[in-house]
Amino acid sequence: MTEPHAVIRPPGRLNMPNWADLWRAREVLLRFAQRDLILRYRQTAVGVAWVVIQPLVAAGIFAIVFGRVANISSGTVPYFIFSLAGMLVWGLFSGAATRASGSLVANQALVSKVFFPRLVVPLSTLVSVTVDFAVGLVTALVLLVVVGIGVGLPLLLLPVWTVLALVLGGGFGIAASALMVKYRDIAYLLPWLFQVLLYASPVGYPLSAVPASVRPFFDVNPVTWLLEAFRWSLLGTPAPPVWQLVSLPVAALVVLAGGLVVFQRLEREFADVI
Amino acid sequence: MTADLAISARGVGKDFVIGGRRDGPTRITEVLAQRLRHPLTAANTSTFTALDDVSFDIPWGEAVGIVGRNGAGKSTLLKLLTRISPPTRGEIRLGGRMGSLLEVGTGFHPELTGRENIHLNGTLLGMTRKEIARRFDDIVAFSGVERFLETPVKRYSSGMYVRLAFAVAAHLETEILAIDEVLAVGDAEFQRKSLDKMQQVAREGRAVLFVSHQVQTVRHLCTSAIFLDRGKLQFQGDVESALSAYRGTFDSFSAAQTDPSRRGGSGQLRFESVTVESETVEPADDKVVSFVVGDNPDVPGRYYVSCHVTDDNGMVIAQCDSRLTQDWFDPRARQEGQLTIRGLWLKPGRYAVDMFVCQSGVLDSYEAAGRFEVLPHLPYPGLADADGTSQGVIYTDFEYERAGA
Repeated sequence: MTEPHAVIRPPGRLNMPNWADLWRAREVLLRFAQRDLILRYRQTAVGVAWVVIQPLVAAGIFAIVFGRVANISSGTVPYFIFSLAGMLVWGLFSGAATRASGSLVANQALVSKVFFPRLVVPLSTLVSVTVDFAVGLVTALVLLVVVGIGVGLPLLLLPVWTVLALVLGGGFGIAASALMVKYRDIAYLLPWLFQVLLYASPVGYPLSAVPASVRPFFDVNPVTWLLEAFRWSLLGTPAPPVWQLVSLPVAALVVLAGGLVVFQRLEREFADVI
Repeated sequence: MTADLAISARGVGKDFVIGGRRDGPTRITEVLAQRLRHPLTAANTSTFTALDDVSFDIPWGEAVGIVGRNGAGKSTLLKLLTRISPPTRGEIRLGGRMGSLLEVGTGFHPELTGRENIHLNGTLLGMTRKEIARRFDDIVAFSGVERFLETPVKRYSSGMYVRLAFAVAAHLETEILAIDEVLAVGDAEFQRKSLDKMQQVAREGRAVLFVSHQVQTVRHLCTSAIFLDRGKLQFQGDVESALSAYRGTFDSFSAAQTDPSRRGGSGQLRFESVTVESETVEPADDKVVSFVVGDNPDVPGRYYVSCHVTDDNGMVIAQCDSRLTQDWFDPRARQEGQLTIRGLWLKPGRYAVDMFVCQSGVLDSYEAAGRFEVLPHLPYPGLADADGTSQGVIYTDFEYERAGA
C-alpha cells in the first residue's frame, strides 16, 4: 500500500457523490435490497399474489369508473388492459419515488452508527420496486396473449421506458428521502401529492378523453410522456410525438441530477440530525 | 508517505450548528410559512466547536486509547474517523479499511434469520462477500447458535443475540478497527472476549482505536493514548502520561462548573449549591450530600434529581436517582434537600459527585459539584496483604459461614 486508502476532507459546496465509494458499497446495496425483498415476500401472507392483485384491482376499478360509468373509449384495446398498462408504469414511477423517500428515516439507526455512502439506502429500494414491476409485467403479458393483442417491434423499447420511470421516480425519491430526515411531515405530504398526480395524469383514462382546454397541462407533464411511450410499446397504441420521446430522457436526467444535488447538500448533516 | 501510517490527521475540526434544530422548524410547511412571512431574514443559529485543530499520527500495530471527560469530543472524533459524520475542517488520511463497532448488532433485523443477519451485518461492518463466506463457519462456531441459523433473530434470547452479533464483529478483517466503549456492555465473559480479540488485532499489526472512560481497560489494552479536553488534543503518547494529564483536569473543571452559565442542561432550573457534608469519610460511612435548587414558576410539572458518584478516573460508581425513591420536587418553590447514600463501601481515593436536575430533559448538569476523600482504612475486622484488597472497584459488606461448625 503506497496510496492512502481514503482521504477524509470537509465536503465542498457542490459535493457530488463519490462514485468510487459508491461502487465499493455495491454489496451493501445488494444486501439492503435482499433484506427488503425477503421482508416483503415473507411477511405478507399472500406474498407474490399481493403484488399481482394490487394493480389488477386498481385497473379493474378504473375500467369500471372511466370505461363503464363515464363511458370513455380506450380505442382498440380493452379498457381493463389499457388501464392495467397505465397502473404498471405508474406503480413503477410512484413506487420508486415513495419507497426511496422513506428509506433514510427507516434506516436512521444505521446512518448514525456505521459508514457507507448514504445514497445506497434510497437506491437499494429501487430493486424491490423493479421486482414488483416485473411480476406485474409478466401478468400483463400473459393477459395480452389471452386477449389476443399482438405486440410489435416497439416492445423492444420497453426496457428503456422502465429505466426512465425508475430514474424519474428515483430522482424525486432521493431528494425526498434527504429532506424527510430534516422535515418529517414530507411523509404526509408526498402520498397526497402523488394521489393528485395520479388523477392529473392519463393513468386510468386515455389522453384522447382530455378536453382541449386543459390539454396543455397534460402535454407538459413528463408522466404523460412516460405513460404514452409505455402504452405504445406494450399495447401498440399510436406512437407519441417524437419531441416527447426525446424530452422524456432529458427530463428524467434533470430530475435525477436535481435529486442528487439536494441529497448531497443535506447528506453531511444526516449523522448530526438523525 | 502516509501508507506507513494507519491514520494521519491534520488540523481536524468539527462544528455543530445549535439552535438550528431544537428551536428551528422541523416541518417543511413551517419553513414555507416562515419564508412567506419573513422573506429576507436568515435563520438564527450559532455554532459549537466540538473538535478544534486536532492533529495526530497513528502507526500500524498500535492500540490507541482516546480518553477525556464527557463532551471532550471523544465520540465526535471517532465519528469523523469512521466517516459517519464529516469534518468541518482539516484532513484525515486512512491507510486501510476502517471497521467500526459503535454498537453491537448494527443493522440486525428481527425478522431476518441468523444466517441472513450474519451476511447483512458483516457487509455493513465492511466485510466483503468473500470474507464473510470464508469466515462464516468460524462466526457460527464462535457464536454457538448453529441450531438456530434458520430462525428469525426475534426469537433469539438476548444472550444468543449478543453472541451472534459479537461473533460477526470479532471476525472483522479491516486494517483499522474503531471501538466505542458501548462494546464494553454485556456480561464479563463477553467483555473478556472482546478485549482479547482487540489485543490480538493489534498484535497482528493492524491498528485499534478505543474510546473509553474505563481507565483500567485503557491501561490493560492500549499501547498509547490520546487525551482530549474540550475539543482540543492535549496529549498524545504513553498511556500513563495521558491518564495523569486526564486526571489533572478534574480540579480546573470542577472550579469552572461552579459558574452555572458554564454548566450543561437547559438552564431552566439551576443548583444554587451542592455541599458534601464531610470531605473525608471512612469507607463504610454514609455519604451525605445537601443541595439547593432555585425556583422557576415557568417550569411546568415536577422534577427529579439524580446524583452520580464518580471515581478519580471519571467512572460512575453509583447512581442515585430520586425517581427510584419516588421523590419529586416542585419547581415553583426553592428546594432544599439532602441525599444520604447508605451501604456504598468505597475504596480509599478521591471521589466526586455529579448532580442533575431533570424532567424529560436535563435542566442542570452540575458535574464535579462536590468531592470527598475516602481514608485509607480497611472496613473489615481482619487484615490482609495488598493482594487481598487490590481487586474490585468497591469494598462490600460480606460474611462467610461454615456449615456444621
